[in-house]
Amino acid sequence: MDVLHKIPVREQEPAVRAANFEEVCYGYNEEEAMAEAARCLNCKNAKCISGCPVAINIPAFIQEVKEGNFEKAYEILASASALPAVCGRVCPQESQCEGKCIRGIKGDPVAIGKLERFVADWAREHGIVYGKRAESNGIKVAVIGSGPAGLTCAGDLAKYGYDVTVFEALHEAGGVLVYGIPEFRLPKDTVVKKEIENLKALGVKIETDVVIGMSTTIDELMEEEGFKAVFIGSGAGLPKFMGIPGEQALGVFSANEYLTRSNLMKAFDENSSTPIMRGKKVAVVGGGNVAMDAARTALRLGAEVHIVYRRSEAELPARVEEVHHAKEEGIIFDLLTNPVEITADEKGWVNGIKCVRMELGEPDASGRRRPVVIEGSEFMIEVDTVIMALGTSPNPLISSTTKGLDINKYKCIIADEATGATTKPGVFAGGDAVTGAATVILAMGAGKTAAKSIDEYLKASSAN
Amino acid sequence: MFKILNAKTLAENIFLMDVEAPRVAKSCLPGQFVIVRSHEDGERIPLTICDYDREKGSVTIVVQIVGAGSYRLSTLKTGDYIQDFVGPLGKPSELTNTPIEELKKKKIVFVAGGLGTAPVYPQAKWLYEHGITADVIIGAKTKELVILEKEMGSVSNLIITTDDGSYGRSGMVTVALKSLVEEEGKHYDLCISIGPMIMMKFVCLLTKELGIPTIVSMNPVMVDGTGMCGGCRLVVGDEVKFACVDGPEFDGHKVDFDQAMKRAAMYRTKEGRDFLKIKEGDSHHGGCGQCGGDK
Repeated sequence: MDVLHKIPVREQEPAVRAANFEEVCYGYNEEEAMAEAARCLNCKNAKCISGCPVAINIPAFIQEVKEGNFEKAYEILASASALPAVCGRVCPQESQCEGKCIRGIKGDPVAIGKLERFVADWAREHGIVYGKRAESNGIKVAVIGSGPAGLTCAGDLAKYGYDVTVFEALHEAGGVLVYGIPEFRLPKDTVVKKEIENLKALGVKIETDVVIGMSTTIDELMEEEGFKAVFIGSGAGLPKFMGIPGEQALGVFSANEYLTRSNLMKAFDENSSTPIMRGKKVAVVGGGNVAMDAARTALRLGAEVHIVYRRSEAELPARVEEVHHAKEEGIIFDLLTNPVEITADEKGWVNGIKCVRMELGEPDASGRRRPVVIEGSEFMIEVDTVIMALGTSPNPLISSTTKGLDINKYKCIIADEATGATTKPGVFAGGDAVTGAATVILAMGAGKTAAKSIDEYLKASSAN
Repeated sequence: MFKILNAKTLAENIFLMDVEAPRVAKSCLPGQFVIVRSHEDGERIPLTICDYDREKGSVTIVVQIVGAGSYRLSTLKTGDYIQDFVGPLGKPSELTNTPIEELKKKKIVFVAGGLGTAPVYPQAKWLYEHGITADVIIGAKTKELVILEKEMGSVSNLIITTDDGSYGRSGMVTVALKSLVEEEGKHYDLCISIGPMIMMKFVCLLTKELGIPTIVSMNPVMVDGTGMCGGCRLVVGDEVKFACVDGPEFDGHKVDFDQAMKRAAMYRTKEGRDFLKIKEGDSHHGGCGQCGGDK
């Protein structure tokens, strides 16, 4: 056996998957997982753990996989992470656990993410659920938002015995896991819905169709409905646009709109009653995971797709695996390219995107080299659809309607990093609503931290 | 799931529903809207609130059948349940946060076109409850399509006009408004116009000429209604606004209606137009930007 290289994971053929919405990666089977687990050096001072935002005891679970004790492995995983089947699929492992793996110094790091996914899937398929429904202490806690931060916080609070209600603005629970990340990366029915069912089995109540800040407010929840503490995990939902001419043309979308139509409203299915534009030639502006998701969705809907990104490949913020998959599927990368105008035909439909070439200059505040326009380099890309994937910012609906809840200049809720406590007593926050757009696992970590703080806060206030 | 307490037909292809939605009923104000999804696999349809009863915990919506989503909603009857009913969304009418004394000094006229009568009603009613009786012009294509006449009549000075002259005055709402101001000695300090986009556009052209500040309520295509998708963006003055969170009401003299009408047509396909023709029939008289009925 070649210990320097990881066991390859089986995937759908690029040419085949480019035309369907089924999951790209099949994951390991038992034999493959055990073989890959055997590559783990079981380091005493395991660096991988420090790379994990929720500090999963990675070598311990991998040793159980190696021995074929999958149920035991799942217990170790689930004691630290509320959504291992999700994280195994969407975490940027290369910059977290796997990035710290000693094996990676000379050869491939251990495929920790794929092993995590294998164990979580195995547990789900075998009907194994971690954590019991605790005896209720009758104390009501509200969780706002049912994305990764909210679900994690709600699950932990339920395990502590609290009477937890999750409020979700959309008609389905899951937040970004449902509306944002596509089916081919994260199956909704088998993975996401199952995680939410597990949560309900712990006694968590989920009320959909409630927009906090509009349908009711945090103050009303606390003063009139008897909630003793509130966790805000409302995410960063507002799309950014570039502010360039032509952005209002027909056929220009935010990635949020495009992905929500496809993922939440199932517009990729011809039978869905919600439509989506099936462009022939699509430009996706941006280089993050959301840009990759939008591009690969458009590709599957039958388009030739260009990623238009102003920096170079090294600066692409997307996970390496997503970029690799996108390339394999035939997405064209127009790097060091920046749009300056969107052009439209006489009926108002997009017919092209005018771009300039860029070169990299000195590093900017983010530490990445600043892209600089090359004078006179304007050129056109003919497209009929443009998708803007430039990042998102938090929605002010909650902060603007809650007394005493302070935000920073980016409209992010101010919360103590160590506890999640906001400036309003009894109100905690975490995830993208606090940090701005980040990752699923960071949001989960924040949800977990806040659950612990809420427990301490409520115990202290009942003692007084 | 949200129970339909009462469902009734108001006119051909236009129906009313009182829906049990206590959270919405408790916090909504005139000018706001809800998003309704009739069935589990249905579309999310934004609808402006027509009335609400805080004690009963119910909200009234009036719907015109314009496509598959509204058609499926129309098949539900009293006692049935609506899958999703979320709100209130958008900002309340500016009237509701203007001091009453200030409003009492103003002469207000509402110009409602077709289905736009429904969202005008709660505003006229709200003013009436605060001691202000506004003038309301309801325009409809023909007599049978005039809705909420009795209700509106009880909270305002009502003027009805029909395109074909079959009821009330004869002609478009703009003819009635122009006549009121130029020939009948009326003076208005504020106009609030809600109806098909093409109607609001022409009302705004007229009120600009007449020097009457005008508010319009926009109802573009949207998905979530909370600012997330950006599909509802409009150009107002030189700014891009999201109808769902910045509106739905805007300064009508600043709205780029031509752009908004183009955007409204984005998801209309040939198939959709055929469906409209069959299902909507005579009640449709332009404003969609697609059928050519406005020309």
